[in-house]
Amino acid sequence: MSDKVSKFDLIISGVGGQGTILASDIIGKTAVISGYHVRAAETHGMAQRGGSVVNHVRIGCDYGSLISINGADFMIALEPSESVRYLKYLAPGSKIIINTEPVYPVSVLSGKSSYPAISDILNILEKDHEVIAFNATKLAVEAGNQQAMNVVMVGALSRYLPFDEKVLFESVKSIVPPKTLDVNKKAFMLGNKIMESH
Amino acid sequence: MKDREYMLGNAAIARGIIEGGGKVISGYPGTPSSEIIGTLASMKERDFYVEWSVNEKVALEVAAGAAMAGTRSVVTMKHVGLNVAADPLMTLAYMGVEGGMVIIVADDPGCHSSQNEQDTRRYSEFSMLPCFDPATPQEAKDMVSEAFSFSEKFQLPVIFRSTTRISHGKSDITLNDIDINTKTPFFTKDVDRWVMIPKNACVRHPQLIDVQEDIKNELQNSRWNKLDLSESSTIGIIAAGIASVYAEEAMIDLDVEASYLKIGTYPLPDDLISKMLDKVDEVLIIEELEPFVEDKVRAISNDLNKDIKIYGKDPKLIPRDGELNVNICKIAISNAFNVPDKNNYYDYADKINSLSIPERPPVMCPGCSHRATYYAMRKAFGADAIYPSDIGCYTLGVQSGTVDTTLCMGGSITVASGIFNAGEKRPICCSIGDSTFLHTGINGLLNATYNKSNITITILDNRTTAMTGHQPNPGMGQLATGEKTIEVCFEGLCKSLGAEFVETVDPFDIPSTIEAFKKARDYQGTSVIIAKQPCVILSRRMGVKNLPFHIFIDKCNGCKACIRLGCPAIEFDEKNKHAKINSMCTGCGSCVQMCKFDAIVEVSK
Repeated sequence: MSDKVSKFDLIISGVGGQGTILASDIIGKTAVISGYHVRAAETHGMAQRGGSVVNHVRIGCDYGSLISINGADFMIALEPSESVRYLKYLAPGSKIIINTEPVYPVSVLSGKSSYPAISDILNILEKDHEVIAFNATKLAVEAGNQQAMNVVMVGALSRYLPFDEKVLFESVKSIVPPKTLDVNKKAFMLGNKIMESH
Repeated sequence: MKDREYMLGNAAIARGIIEGGGKVISGYPGTPSSEIIGTLASMKERDFYVEWSVNEKVALEVAAGAAMAGTRSVVTMKHVGLNVAADPLMTLAYMGVEGGMVIIVADDPGCHSSQNEQDTRRYSEFSMLPCFDPATPQEAKDMVSEAFSFSEKFQLPVIFRSTTRISHGKSDITLNDIDINTKTPFFTKDVDRWVMIPKNACVRHPQLIDVQEDIKNELQNSRWNKLDLSESSTIGIIAAGIASVYAEEAMIDLDVEASYLKIGTYPLPDDLISKMLDKVDEVLIIEELEPFVEDKVRAISNDLNKDIKIYGKDPKLIPRDGELNVNICKIAISNAFNVPDKNNYYDYADKINSLSIPERPPVMCPGCSHRATYYAMRKAFGADAIYPSDIGCYTLGVQSGTVDTTLCMGGSITVASGIFNAGEKRPICCSIGDSTFLHTGINGLLNATYNKSNITITILDNRTTAMTGHQPNPGMGQLATGEKTIEVCFEGLCKSLGAEFVETVDPFDIPSTIEAFKKARDYQGTSVIIAKQPCVILSRRMGVKNLPFHIFIDKCNGCKACIRLGCPAIEFDEKNKHAKINSMCTGCGSCVQMCKFDAIVEVSK
C-alpha cells in the first residue's frame, strides 16, 4: 500500500526514556544523507514521562508523517507490550524486531494490573508477522550500558533499511554523545550480528 | 544543490526565523512550541536577542515593542498561551507594527500535551490578522521567513499556526541563506498610532477592516495556496494546513480524480474557492479542528446560483475534535463520493484485546520531589481536603489524590479562593509549580491575601520549568541562553504579596514537611508552603548522583507502604510477598521514611 507514497514505513515503539527519538534520528538522518525525503512523527512532552511512546518514520515519503493503519512495513519495539499497542499500524506479513525485556508500568509494579507473558505476546505477533525477538537490553549491558539498547535495535534493523549499513553506522557515530561512542559502536555491532542467526 | 538537513519542525521554524532576519524573539514554553526558542537560545553565535518571558502576554508585548521600533520580531507560545496574550493581540491589530512581527502559535489537536484543543485560526478571524497554516515542516520554515516581509508590507503582525505534527515532526529541510541585513532600530514617536485612546482606536479599527481585502488578494496568489482543477471530474476536495498532506495521500491511495484546493493562508482565498465551486457538483472540506474553511465555503456557495453538495464536519465525515490522518480522509472521501476503497483492512483488535496490555500513562519520575510533597500534603490535610492544582509535571499527581482541579495556568490558587468563598468548610490546599507561579500565580496569591482566603498554597519549586523540557525561569538565576541573572526569592515575593505564613521545606524530609503542612492547615488566613528540591532529571544532568536504595527481603513484611508512594523504582513481588527496588532508583530516600521495619537501606559503595 505504501509503495506509491513511501518507500519504507517504520514504527518505533517503546517507553518514554528508552531513546526512541535517538533511534529514529539515526535512521532519519541516514535516509537524508542517502538522498531520500523523510517524514517522522515523535512523541514529546507529557507522554515522555515513562509513558507509552511511538515514532513514525517514513523513508522516501513527501507527504504527512503519520503512517496509515496497516501501512507500516516494519516495526521495532523497544519494549514487548508496546509492540501490541501499535499493532494496528502494521501491514499483515510485515516484520517486527522486538526487545523481550519488559518495562512494567506502575500499575503492574504495585500489583494493580498484570503483564502478559512474553511468550503469549510473541505467539500473537507470530500469527501475522515475521517476528525476530531477543533481549536487546542484555546485549546493551554486554556492550557496556543498558541505555544503549536503542542502538542495539537500530543495529538489528540495519540490514532491512533501504540504505548502506556503513552509512547508518557513520550516523550512529555522529549522533550519540561522544562519551558513549565506544559503547554505542559495540551495541550497534551486537545488534547487527544477532541478525545473522535470523 | 542547496543544503538539506534532517530537522525537527521547531528547529526548522527557528531556522526560518533566522533566514527571515528575526532579531528579537520572546516566548513562554509550552508543548508543542518550546523547541523554537530552545534551538535559538542554544546557538553559540547569535546576532539576535532571545528570551524566555514570564508569560505569553508579556512575551507578546516584548515582541510588539521591538516591532514598534522597526525590528523584526517573533513571539512563540502554545495555543492556550494565546488566550493569555489575547489582550495585547486584539489591540496590536489596530496599532500594527513597523518591523515585521510573527506570532507563532502551536496548536495541539488531539490534546497530546494540553488541556484543550482550541483552533488558533479562530483568533486570526477574531483579531483580523492574517494567518499562515503550513502543511509540512519545510513549508513552516519557508512561511516563517517570508512572513516578516508580508508583515512589513501591511504593517500588521502575522499569526503563524503550527500544530503538533509540524512542530514535533521531523523532515528533510532544504535550507536557504540567512538574512544578514541589519536595520538600526528606531522608535518613531507617533501618538495617533501608538496610543490607543478611544479617539485613535476609532480611526484604526476601520483601517484594519479596509485592508482585509488587500491582504486576501495578496495571499490568494501566494504559493501557499494551490488549485488544481480537474477537467474530467465533478467532485472537489479542499484541504487546509497539515490536513492537506493527509488528503493528498488519501487521494493517491484511493486513486480518485478530483479538483483539489490546498489552503495555507487566511483570510481565505475566496476567488480560488469560487473557481473550485464553479467546476464541481459536490465538495469535501478536510481540515483539523474547527469548520473554519467549511463555514466559508458554505457561505460562498450560498451566493452562487448553483446547488452544490458540501461535506465536512457536517455531516460528520470529518471529526471536529482530535487529529486527522490518512485513514480518516480515505473513509471520508470514500463515503462522500462513493469511491471504493480497494484496500482490505486487517483488524488486529481481537488479538490485541486477548492480551489485555496494561495501560502505561505518563507518571512522575523515580526520585521526583513532587511525589514526596504530595505524600506529606495528604498526610497533613487528609483524603477529605480539597486540592486544586495547576499545569505542570505535578498534574501527573492525579493518581496521588492531591489533584482535584486543573483549569489553566495559574488557575490553582484562584480556584481555591473561589471554593473557599463559596463557603466550603473542608481545608483547601492547592499546588502550583515555580514557573507556573511566576507565570500567573502571583496575581492569584495577591488576590487571596487581599481578599482573606483561608487556604494553603504549595509552591512546588523544582528549580525549573520541567514539563516542557527544563527551560530556565526567574527563580533559577539563569537566562534562556544560560547567562547568569537575578534569582527571584520566592519567600520574599510571597511575603511582599501579603502572605504572612510562608515556610520553605525540603520535601525529601517527609516528617518535617508533614509538620509544616499541619501548621499551614491550622493557620487562619492565606498560608504558603514552598517545597524546594531540584527536578531529579535536572540535578542528575548537573552531576548529582545519590546512592540507590535496596530492600532487605528478610526485613520486608510485604505491607506495601512503600509501594503506595507510586514510585516506578519500587516493585512488588506478588509470589514472594515482598517489595524490591529496581535499577531506576535515584536515591531520593522517600521510601525509606515509609518503612516501619527498617527494610530499606542505602546500597553501600
